[in-house]
Amino acid sequence: MANDTFDLVVIGGGPGGYVCAIRAAQLGLSVACVEKRGALGGTCLNVGCIPSKALLHDSELYETTREGLAGHGVKVADVTLDLGAMMKRKDKVVTMLTRGIEGLFRKNKVEYVKGTARFAGKREIAAALTDGGERVLSAANVVIATGSESMPLRGVATDEKTIVTSTGALALAKVPKHMVVVGAGFIGLELGSVWRRLGAEVTVVEFLDRIVPSMDGELATQFQRLLERQGIAFRLGTKLTGAKTTRAGASLTLEPAAGGKAETLKADVVLVAIGRRPHTAGLGLEAVGVALDEAGRVAIDSHFRTNVEGIHAIGDVVAGPMLAHKAEDEGLAVAEIIAGQAGHVNYDVIPGVVYTMPEVAMVGRGEDELKAAGVAYAVGKFPFLANSRGRTNGATDGFVKILADAETDRVLGVHIIGSDAGEMIAEAAMAMEFGASAEDIARTCHAHPTLSEAVREAALAVAGRAIHI
Amino acid sequence: MNVEIKVPALGESIVEATVAQWFKSAGETVAADEPLVELETDKVTLEVPAPAGGRLAEVRAKTGENVEVGAILGVIEEGAVGKPAAAASKAEAKTESTPPPAPVEPPPPPAMPLSPAVRKLVAEHGLDPAAIPGTGKDGRLLKGDVLKAIEAKAAAAAPPSAPTSTPTPTPTPTPAGPRPEAAREERVRMTRLRKRIAERLKEAQNTAAILTTFNEVDMSAVIALRKTYRDAFEKKHGVRLGFMSFFVKAAIAAAREIPAVNAEIDGDDLVYKNYYHIGVAVSSPQGLVVPVIRDADRLDFAGIEKAIGDYAAKAREGKLAIEDLMGGTFTISNGGIFGSLLSTPILNPPQAAILGMHKIQERPMVVDGRIEARPMMYLALSYDHRIIDGREAVTFLVRVKECIEDPQRLVLDI
Repeated sequence: MANDTFDLVVIGGGPGGYVCAIRAAQLGLSVACVEKRGALGGTCLNVGCIPSKALLHDSELYETTREGLAGHGVKVADVTLDLGAMMKRKDKVVTMLTRGIEGLFRKNKVEYVKGTARFAGKREIAAALTDGGERVLSAANVVIATGSESMPLRGVATDEKTIVTSTGALALAKVPKHMVVVGAGFIGLELGSVWRRLGAEVTVVEFLDRIVPSMDGELATQFQRLLERQGIAFRLGTKLTGAKTTRAGASLTLEPAAGGKAETLKADVVLVAIGRRPHTAGLGLEAVGVALDEAGRVAIDSHFRTNVEGIHAIGDVVAGPMLAHKAEDEGLAVAEIIAGQAGHVNYDVIPGVVYTMPEVAMVGRGEDELKAAGVAYAVGKFPFLANSRGRTNGATDGFVKILADAETDRVLGVHIIGSDAGEMIAEAAMAMEFGASAEDIARTCHAHPTLSEAVREAALAVAGRAIHI
Repeated sequence: MNVEIKVPALGESIVEATVAQWFKSAGETVAADEPLVELETDKVTLEVPAPAGGRLAEVRAKTGENVEVGAILGVIEEGAVGKPAAAASKAEAKTESTPPPAPVEPPPPPAMPLSPAVRKLVAEHGLDPAAIPGTGKDGRLLKGDVLKAIEAKAAAAAPPSAPTSTPTPTPTPTPAGPRPEAAREERVRMTRLRKRIAERLKEAQNTAAILTTFNEVDMSAVIALRKTYRDAFEKKHGVRLGFMSFFVKAAIAAAREIPAVNAEIDGDDLVYKNYYHIGVAVSSPQGLVVPVIRDADRLDFAGIEKAIGDYAAKAREGKLAIEDLMGGTFTISNGGIFGSLLSTPILNPPQAAILGMHKIQERPMVVDGRIEARPMMYLALSYDHRIIDGREAVTFLVRVKECIEDPQRLVLDI
């Protein structure tokens, strides 16, 4: 008979939940994690970060092989796509990783409860088990880590075949001739890139006048140009007023955002990627009195505590950037807090990455944000065109931009468009975590020849003394 | 049986010492009471004798380590001669249950590595990174912090080449970054004693309201007296008749009339002392030390001179004990031996006053309307104005002057 009393019950086994569970177990707490999906890893591992990165990598390989090798002296002929094999590999990667988390749970003695959780009392979780029956868990502490779901577009019903969310877009049976992506955010642009590379014509419809609203304006402009050069068509300032499936695919009604003449656009597949919303349905939060905020997220204080003692919440279900690593950091912090230590997340240094090619990565604040806040700043920019490694690899798109406080030289934001931006941003995040000045980055030795030298040159450029440009 | 060598009581308010030197090494035979190890404190250097004879089985506190009172410096295997040390001990009367760890004080925390920009700035501007408040992670110095400090220095128009010093004493300030003229400089670490003296001097200045009043004294009477009775004095008492005994006696006579000079502040109270422990400042190789002549009012001239002589010898040999320096109520300093004509001595806290003697110099003085060459000495009395008011200070010094200029007053207590 399994024990039903735990120091900590985590609801949700995504990046926030499973990391929290493992950390708490490391700190000596008895932990149970309830997950209803049938696999651990949450949205990220199952229908988010991991499958999309696998497809992004493989689709990039496909496009490079087809079109990118001739200039490098490699001749190829008859490059064909085996979508089924690509999807199979993606699925295998996902399975290996989700099983890996199960292994980590076993190693750390975290009890994995397969079922749907609901609050039966303030410290009681009733889990409707996937295999049947119910199990009531008694918890000294609870962490809600139920994550988020795709935001539906009013008036547009998704069927995950023709009109899809990201979940469906990761598993299409065949390459659509014309894919319309609604929403020019991280997810839409990444998945749009995947299918464009695999042969689809891609149109991105976006309500705002710019893509990726959270990105530094200059970067967004450059990024859009690069994507357009790759063949993605943008309809900005446009809203979708209706979508219906037809025999051939889908028929969309578009209108200018401010209102005006409607037009029809036909597509084989429509990806609705306008954002995500917190997932709290069915948890029974009202019954125990856990309050939500104005956006429907679980309301927490700076220590991840809800208004009910003993109940905490982290990840996509609370406010903040909906990023897996943000959820992970919060999971670590809340586990440490529950174990009686100090736990802290530095929200000023959370990097964001768009895994297109080139990648876009950013940490800290953008120029628009600094201007709005009235902060005097200096800018240092360096293009990969002038970076030797970018040249040797033929990866000359993009640049590094560093923003530093005009008075103290403290680095306030780093923004990169480039082939390895997602990896390079780690150096920037580390520097910012230690309050580095642009000069500190400039005076740190960077290996040659690497793309990272562009970071150093951008740092030098802040003081107007880049060497290589 | 194993006998522990413990750090002895070091005197009031002294809680730790540095191991300066071991006279014996592990394995050597030691005799009971034989000096084993030299400890250095803020005030003195003292020797710790072997508590028992035998073999020095273990040296636990190494040279240079800081140790607390009661810490175990080493272990002697009693009665043993050249035998291998036994690990276990028969803990009977000796308390071995929880021996305090020998080096108790952790080394000062290593200074945080400075970031490249910070390194450059402190080097170029000759700044002491330890003196700049750091606002970075874990208190690290950020470039902005250093820029601010440079700006503040420029605003205060301080000379940029000198490292800025902190207004309050810091426990272990780290040295400034590379100095521009480092090749032509010699760097010597301050001894513990010097550091402690520095701290106490600043403490004195920061606490008391120190003023100095001056007077001058005609030494001819004392000089004549010494000339007349020098040999007889030395023959009878075996010690030379110096000037100090006169000044000690004069100071005590004056202090009897002006009790505030022999008082101290304790919390909200003024404590007037009815005993006279007179500190006589002597110079030692380690710096200035002030051994105290206890109940100097009960000593005669010879007794005072003997006491001073003994202390001077001990000071020269670095053998002053902590007790020798404790409990003074008044201090007499003599800069004259180095040639000082006039100075403003600093108080020896918690004392209320200090008398400064100076060089005796022949000067033309007006005596009964005529100019005569007289051997004159300037006297300075630095005093804590919180305890002693101006009238009292001046009167005290006048009384000292009167007693020196006419030693018969000391005989008659006038």
